[in-house]
Amino acid sequence: MYTSHTQADREAMLKTIGVDKMEDLFQSLPDEGKFPELALPGGITEMEALDELQYISTANETPQELVSFLGAGAYNHYIPAAVDSILRRSEFYTAYTPYQPEISQGTLQAIFEYQSLIAALTGMDVANASHYDGATAVAEAVNMAYHNFRGRRKKIVLSPTVHPQYRDTIHTYMKGMNLEIVGENLKSEDGPDELIPLIDDQTALVLVQYPDFFGRIFDLTKLSEAAHANKALFSVHVNPISLGLIKPPSEFDADIVTGEGQALGIPMAFGGPYLGLFATKNQYVRKMAGRLAGETVDTQGKRGYVLTLNTREQHIRREQATSNICTNQGLITLASTVYLSLLGKNGLQELANLNYHKAHYAAERISTVPGFMVNPVQPFFNEFVVHCPLPAAEINQLLLAHDILGGYDLSQDYPDLTHELLVAVTEMNSRSEIDFMVEVLEEETHD
Amino acid sequence: MTEPTIFELSKPNRKGIRFPAPDVPLAELPKDFLREELPLPEVPENEVIRHFTNISQLNHAVDTGFYPLGSCTMKYNPKINEETARLPGFSQIHPLQPVETVQGALGLMHETQQWLSEISGFDAVSLQPAAGAHGELTGVLIIRAYHRSRGDTKRTKMLVPDSAHGTNPASSAMSGMKMVELPSNDRGNVDLDVLKAECDDTLAGIMITNPNTLGLFDENIIEACQLVHESGGLVYGDGANMNALLGIYKPADMGIDVMHFNLHKTFSTPHGGGGPGSGPVGVTKELADFLPAPLVVMTSEGDEDNPAFYDLINPEQTIGRVKSFHGHFSIIVRAFTYLLILGKNGLKDVATHAVLNANYIQARVKDIYHIPYERMCMHEFVTEGRWEDAPGIRALDISKRLIDFGFHPPTNYFPLIVPEALMIEPTETETKETLDAFADTLLQIADEAKNNPDILHNAPTKAPFGRLDEVKAAKELILKTQLPEDY
Repeated sequence: MYTSHTQADREAMLKTIGVDKMEDLFQSLPDEGKFPELALPGGITEMEALDELQYISTANETPQELVSFLGAGAYNHYIPAAVDSILRRSEFYTAYTPYQPEISQGTLQAIFEYQSLIAALTGMDVANASHYDGATAVAEAVNMAYHNFRGRRKKIVLSPTVHPQYRDTIHTYMKGMNLEIVGENLKSEDGPDELIPLIDDQTALVLVQYPDFFGRIFDLTKLSEAAHANKALFSVHVNPISLGLIKPPSEFDADIVTGEGQALGIPMAFGGPYLGLFATKNQYVRKMAGRLAGETVDTQGKRGYVLTLNTREQHIRREQATSNICTNQGLITLASTVYLSLLGKNGLQELANLNYHKAHYAAERISTVPGFMVNPVQPFFNEFVVHCPLPAAEINQLLLAHDILGGYDLSQDYPDLTHELLVAVTEMNSRSEIDFMVEVLEEETHD
Repeated sequence: MTEPTIFELSKPNRKGIRFPAPDVPLAELPKDFLREELPLPEVPENEVIRHFTNISQLNHAVDTGFYPLGSCTMKYNPKINEETARLPGFSQIHPLQPVETVQGALGLMHETQQWLSEISGFDAVSLQPAAGAHGELTGVLIIRAYHRSRGDTKRTKMLVPDSAHGTNPASSAMSGMKMVELPSNDRGNVDLDVLKAECDDTLAGIMITNPNTLGLFDENIIEACQLVHESGGLVYGDGANMNALLGIYKPADMGIDVMHFNLHKTFSTPHGGGGPGSGPVGVTKELADFLPAPLVVMTSEGDEDNPAFYDLINPEQTIGRVKSFHGHFSIIVRAFTYLLILGKNGLKDVATHAVLNANYIQARVKDIYHIPYERMCMHEFVTEGRWEDAPGIRALDISKRLIDFGFHPPTNYFPLIVPEALMIEPTETETKETLDAFADTLLQIADEAKNNPDILHNAPTKAPFGRLDEVKAAKELILKTQLPEDY
C-alpha cells in the first residue's frame, strides 16, 4: 500500500543503481538479524480497517452516552464546525515546520496570528508557538527560570493547587537540575498567600495556577509582589476560557503565563494532542524556548513572516540550548487560532459567562442535597470542589450506575481529601443534566 | 497582494459564532476579579474561513507537491487516518474517565505498543512522549534512572556523534548529562578508536542514530554497542530514521537499549505544519520498570464470554510523568490505522521502497553532485551543494531554485559535518516519474549554477513570495500584530 512502482519501474531503478535485486540495497547491514520475520498479521484494506476501528471506538463511552462533569485539566467544550474545516485543509496538515518561508507563508502567518491572539488573551507582550501541553509548558517555565538565573538560584516555590500531573511533570523534567521544589506540602485548602513565607533570595520562580486546580479564583497581587521583592520570576498557569471573564495574569504583573490550550477548540481525544500556551514579557523573549514567527518583508517589499530568533534553539545551539523543544503542536495552534478568531472578543466573553453561570447553578443545586457542601464564599470559575457525605470514589460509582461521570476524585492526589469531588460544568451541560445529577445524588444518598 | 491579519479584518460587534442563551439563573463574579479589556478580533465566520483558506494556499505541502526534506520523512498521509482519528468514540472521550468506560482506547494503545515492540525488538513501549525530542528526553532520563538505581551516580557522560540531530545534545543537557561529541570516521561511521577512549566508568551512554543522518547504515553499530555495554553504559537509539528499517532490521538486535519512534515520520501521521507528532519510547526488559507513567497493560486476556481487560499502571521505578494524561492519543489512532492496513509485508515494502527511491536519485545525480561518503545509502542521502567552477553558489541557492520547479527543497546545512549539505529523502510513496523529474531538475540546476548563476541567486521567482529578510525580522522583532491605540 501507498507505494506505486510497477515491476518494470523497480527493475529499471535497480539497474540505474547497479544492483540486481531489492535485497542488494541492504548490503551494508550485518547478515545476522537481517530481514527478520515479523510476528504480525498481514495487511488489510482501508474498508476493513475502518470497520475494525469503528468497532474498537464503540467500546468507549463518550459524553454522548454519558452525562459528564469531569474536568481536571481537560474540558468538554463545543468546537465550531469551521475549526475542523480549516484543520482538514491538507495545505496545512501535510506541510512541515516552515523552514522555507517563500512556500510556507500559510503556516507562518497562522503562527504569527496565534502568537498575537495568545498575547492578547493573556495580556502579555509575547507568546511562543508552542509547547506540547499545559504540563510541559509549566515544566518549561521552571526550566526558563532556572536558566534565567544561570542555575544559581535553586529554589522553586510551587503551589499545591497546580494540577498534580503538571507538578509530576516538573519533577521529571528537573531531575538533572538539582532544584529544591517547595510549597507542595502546604495545605491545599489555603490560598496562594500561604506561599509567601517560602520565598527568599534563592527563589528562581513562584508558580501558581489561576483559577487553581480546584477551580478557585484568588487575587495574586500580594504573592506577585513577594516574588518580585525577592527578584524571583512569577509564573501563572491559566485556563484560557476563564480569561474571557476574569482579570488576565498580566494585571498581577506575571512574568510568565502558561496555559492548557485544549479548551480552545481541541477535542478531548483521551488526552491529546493538546497545546501548551506560553507567554512572557518582552525582556525575557530571548530566554523563552519554542518556535517564534516574526514579521518581515520579501525581496519585493511585501509583508511576510519567518521563523526568528533561531539562535536560541537546539538545532543551532545544540547542548547550549536551554530546551530541546523542536516540532510540537503546529496544527493544534492552528485549531486554537481559528477558534479564537471565530469567538473573538464577544464570543469568548459570552462563553466564559455561560460556563460561570452554569457552574454556579450546579454548585448551588448540589449544596441543597443533604450532606453535600460547596464553599459558599470562595469565587470560582467553571469547576468547584464538592464535599460529599461518602468518599468521592463511592459517589462516582453511584453516579456511573446512572451513566453520569460525576467528577474527579481528589483523594487520588490529595490523600486528606477523601470526600472531595472536583466537578466541572461547561456550556455543554444543560440545566436538565445538572438537575438530573442532583436528583440522583438525592436519591442515592438518601438514608 | 498582502493578506491582512485576522486582527486587521476585525470590526466591532461582528460575530463568528453564537452560543445558546443561559438556561440557568445568572450568577455574578465579584467586580474585583472582572476583566476590563479583551482585545480579540471580531470577524464573521465566512471571513474567518476565507482568510485561513487563502493563507493555506501559500503553503507547499505533501498534498501539493514533492517534499524530499531529509530526516523528516515527508511521506503521503493516508486520508483514512484522518477519519479514524475523528471517530466520536476516540475524539470525544475524556482522559480521566474510569478505565471500564474506555476499554477500546486502552486496547488500541496496548495493541500499538505490541506492534511497535515487534517491529523494533524492544520488550516494552510507552506511548506517552509527545514528539521525537520529548522521547529523547524520556530515554535519557531512563538511562539516568537506571544507573542511579544501581548506585552508579558518577555516570553522567553522554556521547553524541557529530552527525546527530541538534535535539540529541539538547536533550542530553536537559537531563543533566555532560555531553561529549564523537567524530565520524571517513566512511561516515562512528569512530571506534575514539569511542573506545571514551568508554570508562563515567560513561552513561551514547545517543546514536542508525541509519545516521548521512543516510548511511553505521557499519560499526554492533561493535559500538558492545563497547558501550562492556564499559557499563547504555545505548540510546534516535528512531528518526526508522523508515529504512521496518522489517529490515530490529534496532534492539543491534544492541540499542532504548529508542524513540517518530509516529509522524515513520508511521504516516501528518506533520501538521510542525506537529503534533508522537514519540513513543521502546526499551529492553532491563529498562521497562523505568518507563514514564502511566503504561497500558492487559490485566486479563479475556475468553469467549469476556473481552480482555486493560488498565493503566505506574511502573515501580518510573521516571514519572513526562506530560499530562496518556500521550498523543489521536496521533496513535492514525498510526495504528496505518499499521493495520500495511501489516508485516506492507511494512517491509515501505522500507525497501524508501531505500530504493533514495538510491535511485543518488545514482542519477552522483556524477554531478559530490557525495562525500559514496556508499549505498539507506532512505536518504546527503550531497554537497557546491562546485569549484560555480564559486558564488551555495546549497541555499540550489534549494531556492528548486522552489521555482514546484519542489520543496531538501534539508539544508545539516548534518553539520558536510559542507553546504543538501539532505534528500524521497520516501517510498513517490512515483518514478516524480523522482525522475526531481533528478532532472537537480541536474539542470547544476548546469545553471555554472552557466547562469544569477537565476539561482534570484530564485525563487515563481513562488508566492521572494526571499524573506531574516535579518530584519530578528532585528525588529515584531512578534505579534501591531494594534492601533484604540483597538
